[in-house]
Amino acid sequence: MTSAAHDEASADGDGGPALEAHHAEHESTGVENRKLAMWAFLSSEFLFFGALITNYLLYSSRDFAQGPTPAQIYDIPFTSVSSFVLLMSSLTMVLAHNAVSRGDQGATRTWLLATAMLGSVFLAGQVFEFTEFITLEGMTLRTNPAASAFYVLTGFHGTHVAIGVIMLLSLFGLSKRLGGLSDKQFLNLELVGLYWHFVDIIWIVIFTVVYLLTAVPGAG
Amino acid sequence: MMPPVARSRLLRLLQLAALGLTLGACSVIGIPDSPLNSLDPKGPFAERIDNLFWPVFWIATGVFVLVEGAVLVAAIVFRDRKDRKEPRQIHGNNKLEILWTVIPAAILASIAVPTFQAVFELTECGEGAYPVEIIGHQWWFEYRYPAESIETANVLVIPAGREVCASMTSEDVIHNYWVPALNGKRYLVPGQTTLLRLQADEPGVYWGQCAEFCGLSHSLMRAQVRAVTEAEFSDWVAAQQAPPATPAEGTPAGAGLEVFLNRGCTQCHNIDTINEIEQGAFNGPDLTHFMDRGVIAGAYKEYSVDNLKTWLANPPKEKPGSYMPNLGLTQQEIDDLAAFLETLT
Amino acid sequence: MTAIADRPTTIFRRPTAETGFWSWITSVDHKKVGIMYGYTAFIFFIVGGLEALLLRIHLASAESNFLSAADYNGLFTTHAVTMIFLVVMPMSAAFMNYLIPLMIGARDVAFPRLNALSYWIFLFGGIFLYSGLLFSGITAPTGVAGIPGNLDPTDTRSFGALPDGGWFMYQPNAGADFSPSTSLDFAVIGLQILGIASLISSVNFIVTFFNLRAKGMRLLRVPVFIWMTLVVAFLLLFSLPIIAIALFMVMFDRQFGTLFFDATAGGDPILWQHLFWLFGHPEVYILILPAMGIVSEILPVFSRKPLFGYAAIVFAGAAIGFLGFGVWAHHMFASGITTVAQAGFGLTTMTIAIPTGVKIFNWLGTMWLGRIKLKTPMLFAIGFIAMFTIGGLSGVTHSVVPSDWQQTDTYYIVAHFHYVLFGGSILGIFGGLYYWFPKLTGRMMNDRIGKVHFWLWFIGFNMTFAPMHWLGLQGMIRRTWRYDPSLEFWNQIVSVGAFVIAIGLLVFIYNFWTSKRRGEIAGMDPWDARTLEWAIPNPTPAHNFSVVPTVHTLDDFWHQKYDEDEEGRPVRKKEADDHVAHLGEIGNHPPVPVHLPNPSYFPVVMAAGLPLIGYGIIFHTSALGKALIVVGVLISLVALIGWGAEPLEEPHSPLAGAH
Repeated sequence: MTSAAHDEASADGDGGPALEAHHAEHESTGVENRKLAMWAFLSSEFLFFGALITNYLLYSSRDFAQGPTPAQIYDIPFTSVSSFVLLMSSLTMVLAHNAVSRGDQGATRTWLLATAMLGSVFLAGQVFEFTEFITLEGMTLRTNPAASAFYVLTGFHGTHVAIGVIMLLSLFGLSKRLGGLSDKQFLNLELVGLYWHFVDIIWIVIFTVVYLLTAVPGAG
Repeated sequence: MMPPVARSRLLRLLQLAALGLTLGACSVIGIPDSPLNSLDPKGPFAERIDNLFWPVFWIATGVFVLVEGAVLVAAIVFRDRKDRKEPRQIHGNNKLEILWTVIPAAILASIAVPTFQAVFELTECGEGAYPVEIIGHQWWFEYRYPAESIETANVLVIPAGREVCASMTSEDVIHNYWVPALNGKRYLVPGQTTLLRLQADEPGVYWGQCAEFCGLSHSLMRAQVRAVTEAEFSDWVAAQQAPPATPAEGTPAGAGLEVFLNRGCTQCHNIDTINEIEQGAFNGPDLTHFMDRGVIAGAYKEYSVDNLKTWLANPPKEKPGSYMPNLGLTQQEIDDLAAFLETLT
Repeated sequence: MTAIADRPTTIFRRPTAETGFWSWITSVDHKKVGIMYGYTAFIFFIVGGLEALLLRIHLASAESNFLSAADYNGLFTTHAVTMIFLVVMPMSAAFMNYLIPLMIGARDVAFPRLNALSYWIFLFGGIFLYSGLLFSGITAPTGVAGIPGNLDPTDTRSFGALPDGGWFMYQPNAGADFSPSTSLDFAVIGLQILGIASLISSVNFIVTFFNLRAKGMRLLRVPVFIWMTLVVAFLLLFSLPIIAIALFMVMFDRQFGTLFFDATAGGDPILWQHLFWLFGHPEVYILILPAMGIVSEILPVFSRKPLFGYAAIVFAGAAIGFLGFGVWAHHMFASGITTVAQAGFGLTTMTIAIPTGVKIFNWLGTMWLGRIKLKTPMLFAIGFIAMFTIGGLSGVTHSVVPSDWQQTDTYYIVAHFHYVLFGGSILGIFGGLYYWFPKLTGRMMNDRIGKVHFWLWFIGFNMTFAPMHWLGLQGMIRRTWRYDPSLEFWNQIVSVGAFVIAIGLLVFIYNFWTSKRRGEIAGMDPWDARTLEWAIPNPTPAHNFSVVPTVHTLDDFWHQKYDEDEEGRPVRKKEADDHVAHLGEIGNHPPVPVHLPNPSYFPVVMAAGLPLIGYGIIFHTSALGKALIVVGVLISLVALIGWGAEPLEEPHSPLAGAH
């Protein structure tokens, strides 16, 4: 909604040093500075997770003296449910974005909170899953390289989700305290939305490639 | 086009460059031969590599002369002088730019083809190659001959004129095996097997070294390949398979055997019939035919009684980080032990 | 849109210092940030150089005991880590920070506070890395007793616990089992911290490049140096996450007992090499491209001709960056990768020589038929071309895969990368220092002393690194504490050369110091240059441009001063001198007061949290360690929140030109 013109205005404080007394135009992409920055950062994060996923795939195809490997103990039905929860959180994120575009601050808060809650449910599911793996199945960080790879990959993803939840709750809190989100905060919500969708997409890749494709038949 | 002053300057410059290059070449040639000279192949594989290297080197030298010459010429001929006019503001020249993109590409393509041929031909071991195993340890090489059930260390004895196929691995960290006269180097990776083809045309001694940083005594981890005639090789195999002589009691060697048995050496060093242990990751070299090798301390030191005694007195001082500790042997124990080891032919 | 106003939510009052110590600590001005990067990197350059001199004193004899094996291994590791991560990269960052806004006609980068944050993270990361020296004898929690072997009591470390696994930290040698000392943990975590700084920088520069160019500065009017910084930013963006993962894996192996690289448990040591070099190879292009950009700026000015084939040089730079991601396993030709892989990477490595050659020939074309002013910056630029060519040619010989089986891990490789990194990057960087010194200080560096510096370096550098070519071919391996006595003579020549380099550096320091105080006043446009940064006064005013320029062509400033006659030769416009003088006048006295971005505490505070987290991780088995992690996270978190609440501009922000 905000156009390139906002790029020049210092009011939305998007970080572009619009310090000219009068606004000379720049050669610009038309994408706000912070949004462009988030896209650049996320493209880097794709490689971050790409390396982790590749690492897991490499080890998942090997045999180890000590087991079990993650592929042997996945609980696919359970993970499917938590994946669905995370997917739904992307929907609520879109609804939050929609609400703030309409100017409906109350609905924005509702959907922000919903997204944060769904993300937290996902995290709780992860914690539960890891606990099962460790206590029931006996697969820890140190069982074998595939296990190490699995925990580090999903651990980093979970950390990203947790950071996202904190950001969502911050926006929620800010809106509550100030009575709503300003124009400047609208961009921040967009940025958090981008981040959140990214985290979800990564999970879809992880669930497909790491869980579904490597699971040993009969696992879970 | 070029003013006469600039032309004679250019000529002088070219003469200087030629002189410099000649001197440079002489200095290169005048370098003393090191035991690990990689430009002196002594086997077919190293020779194949050498035949690849020199043409590429001379092409590179040609490019070097051209480019550096152009740099010098430009800097001198087009140097600002009072009578020089402002230069034409040339932005580029499509034809030239295409030329100097395409010509290097063509040169590289001409290098690429023989390179790939060589890679494919040099990697797989040949049919009927003699199999050996090389196992890397911090900081010595273990050699096994699976066909003959021989385990030895520090010196790899091979039949000259025959290809040897070395399967290699490591018991601890990544090392590599490099005998420049016979072939390029290849890593020794723990948990994996790599292959290296070795062949010496003539009998002789060929030096090598671990070239992959592997810890404190990386630079002291040496290798020696001893190529012998077929007849000598059969004799050597037979000698290796024979048990060592047992030293008589009451002799210094006999006392040395007692030292060996009682001062901790048996934990790490296999000697057939005297102390049979499994070769483990952090053990020391098999000593059954110790005197056959002519080198000690991971082939770092030549064998001599003095060198041996210095080693026995304080291994960590000779090789920092050595897994063989300072056993605190007395001089008598050292002398006896040395006498015992001398019997292990 | 709703009309919810931003209430000021700063946690505490903003800093206001405009001069003095605190103005530097809280500055978000890209010029100050660039200068801080430069001085810090220079100090590390001296440190890294001293490390090199110690190594060369030791290597002057074949069986030397000047350094113990442990010290030697520590010094060569630290020398490499210092030069790569604490010298060349931040030096390039110094130039990029200072120049990007000036060359594209902007007043600052897109995110000034993030920019400052990058610097502080770099500084604290570098100090953190070296602070490991203080913690000798402490072992990583997962080390195995008895490994790696015994040391004679007289064989002591003189330098405390330097990281000693080689800068490439091959596993498992640099893992907890075989390198239990914490020194490597400081290197691993230190590099992780430094990586964050570079990542932030890269995002900042990408947004700046795309969104902050002056009106009329279309893509193909952007100076080559700026293009190179864009390519570098993308290289960083895509290679840093990979090394971050690799470092995390090593860190988890060492601290928490994961099994990524434990061969006895089925881990793959070669995986480390793939991950490392997937970063490591783009890294070397990160190291060279800024210097190539600098050379591309210097050559046209001192040849008084435009850059030959501007578009080709830009595209070649981009091609090098792109292809740079496809050659990494050429560092692994001897590691046991498959034949097909070796052939493939050999091919891609040869291919990357093509755009590199294009650049060299285009630079030559710039000089050819020019009117060359052999001032110090030009000498360094020409030196770059000459020395980089040699390094590039030896690189081509490496791409001949079977030949590389002989060359790899020998001094032949050491020769190659020093020719491209010292003969290339360092010469380019120092050429840039001489060239842009007037922008920094308003004065000129002494040209005669500069030439003495150049020739000392040219001679010393070649003395040091040329013999390494044949030392390597004669079998001298890398990272070698001892070597064969037959090679001693040339090693001594090398060592003498190293000291000649050191003397040259002293000459530079003297020149820099005295020129800063008493150098000839530069005035406006001392070099009769072509690009925008010279259209403003020297030293650069705080607000950069009084009036944001509109750009009409490549080398716009040159075309403001010169027309071309029928032959295409430049003719100085009648009004050029007045125009330049006018630019100088207006440059120092903006017609309308200009707001500058406010200084801020939060970058330095946020950066301070990171080393604390680092210490905490290394000592995490103790209560103090756990507490440090919590404290570090809290500090960074609080800084982050404060930062987020702090607007970029206050109502009473500093004004340039108001007095």
